[in-house]
Amino acid sequence: MNNTLKIASLIGLALVTIPSVIFFAGGMNHSAVKTTALIGTIIWFASTPLWMGREIPVDADNVEI
Amino acid sequence: MSDEHSTEAETATSGEFERHPVPDSALLGAGKFWGMYAGEHAAGTEFMIGPLFLAAGASLQDLLFGLLLGNFLAVLTWRFLVTPIAIAKRMTLYYQLERIAGGSLVKLYNVVNGVLFCFLAGAMVTVSASAVGIPFGTLYEVPESTFGLGSPDFTLIVVVVGVVMAIIAAAGYQVVAQVANIAAPWMIAIFAACGIVSLTQMDANSISALSEGKYWQDAIDFVQEKDGVQQFGFWQIVVFAWLCNGAMHFGMADLSIFRFARSPSSGWAPAIGMFLGHYMAWIAAALLLAAQIKLSQDTTANPGALAWGALGWTGIICVIIAGWTTANPTIYRAGLAFQGVFPKSPRVVMTLIAGAVATTAGAFPNLSDQLLGFVGTYGTVLGPMGAIIFVDFYFMRRFGMREENAFHQGNSFNVAVLLAWLIPVAAGLYLIFVPTQMFPDKLFAAYAVVPCWIASGVIYLLLSKLMHPKTPLVS
Repeated sequence: MNNTLKIASLIGLALVTIPSVIFFAGGMNHSAVKTTALIGTIIWFASTPLWMGREIPVDADNVEI
Repeated sequence: MSDEHSTEAETATSGEFERHPVPDSALLGAGKFWGMYAGEHAAGTEFMIGPLFLAAGASLQDLLFGLLLGNFLAVLTWRFLVTPIAIAKRMTLYYQLERIAGGSLVKLYNVVNGVLFCFLAGAMVTVSASAVGIPFGTLYEVPESTFGLGSPDFTLIVVVVGVVMAIIAAAGYQVVAQVANIAAPWMIAIFAACGIVSLTQMDANSISALSEGKYWQDAIDFVQEKDGVQQFGFWQIVVFAWLCNGAMHFGMADLSIFRFARSPSSGWAPAIGMFLGHYMAWIAAALLLAAQIKLSQDTTANPGALAWGALGWTGIICVIIAGWTTANPTIYRAGLAFQGVFPKSPRVVMTLIAGAVATTAGAFPNLSDQLLGFVGTYGTVLGPMGAIIFVDFYFMRRFGMREENAFHQGNSFNVAVLLAWLIPVAAGLYLIFVPTQMFPDKLFAAYAVVPCWIASGVIYLLLSKLMHPKTPLVS
């Protein structure tokens, strides 16, 4: 189950990034890049919280810039 | 993640060891720090800072090489300034300061910290509001005066966003910290995608176009024709990249993190945060503005509109999450700092007050537009406390004085620390905010960080020698 979710997250991340590279290479239009990025975002946020056990960093209440 | 690692991580994050050194059983391997810093420093501020480089007239070559050198210097500072002290003492910044400066002085430092955090959070409220306003067609404009409001509907959105953020911060930072963790890899991917899309929008999708850099120069020329000639040179970029996190490395705030490091090699871990967040993300965010200028001749560095232009709704979501996950812990920390002064007041009330100050600051778009200066000022004000810790650690014994003076004397207010902090900071702030003969255009804030740090250390050493000349050494 965990592996399936991880693969789903990877697919989500790939849908966010790879279309922009294809757009760069001239193989995709801009509106398709936006749509796939949104689909990838939905997949990422639907799957990642279910498996990502990343602990809250040490002193996560600290401020980053 | 193994059970052993889970336990270690829980121990590390549960707030234990705040008033005594981290024991060997709770130490963490270098991998933990690399993992943690990978998600750090790709935040809401990146959407503002990147475009400001372009708006300030930085050349592409200076930006590429200046950020490289500046970020490398920042990593060296973490590795060789912070990590050795963190590993030797294994205490939080606040506890170390308390032992040197006294509890009352740490409260004062904390309040100053809290006020600065409010302004940083205010900039993030502005960033998030800029994205929320896009679907409503809200006009984002930066008025000329520092305390000029934006359009009425933008101000209304700022108030709504600020109130929501303050309420969430008052509830605690755990949930938002989890969201920030989960969003971090996605956010880095969004920054990369934004940069690549922007290059394509500017027809810079061939090796020759990329290396020629005309797309960047055209954008600079357009901005300078509109807003007048400005310069942001190589060394200014180097110093800014090096010292924009001055409070964390020179100021030793990250002692609280590296006190858990098993080996000094963990001190290299900020490299991943720097080169993803303060290199790739800044350049990508700058490219967003360059693309907007080419496509719509609009030089407004509106983070929401910039991300919308590249990735549509995904960009909007990213700016909102980035701003929110940065503002939230900032408001929370400010609330804690204010509570330190009024210990009987509920944390929730203090956090809401901090949120109100941040929201008020967020209503003035010009404040977030001056983020390059603010970040340098932040390092100038907080950095010198790191020099006090540095001197206490390396020089007090060498000069025949006792370390951690306040702790050993039962003193709650070490006047030597106060003067060593205030004198250089007051001089630095004067040069930053007031034109002088030496700096007719005022001093670029990041330039003040290192001189103030060195001056603080020297003054502390001299004053300690004068004020406590015969304090006996304690083994």
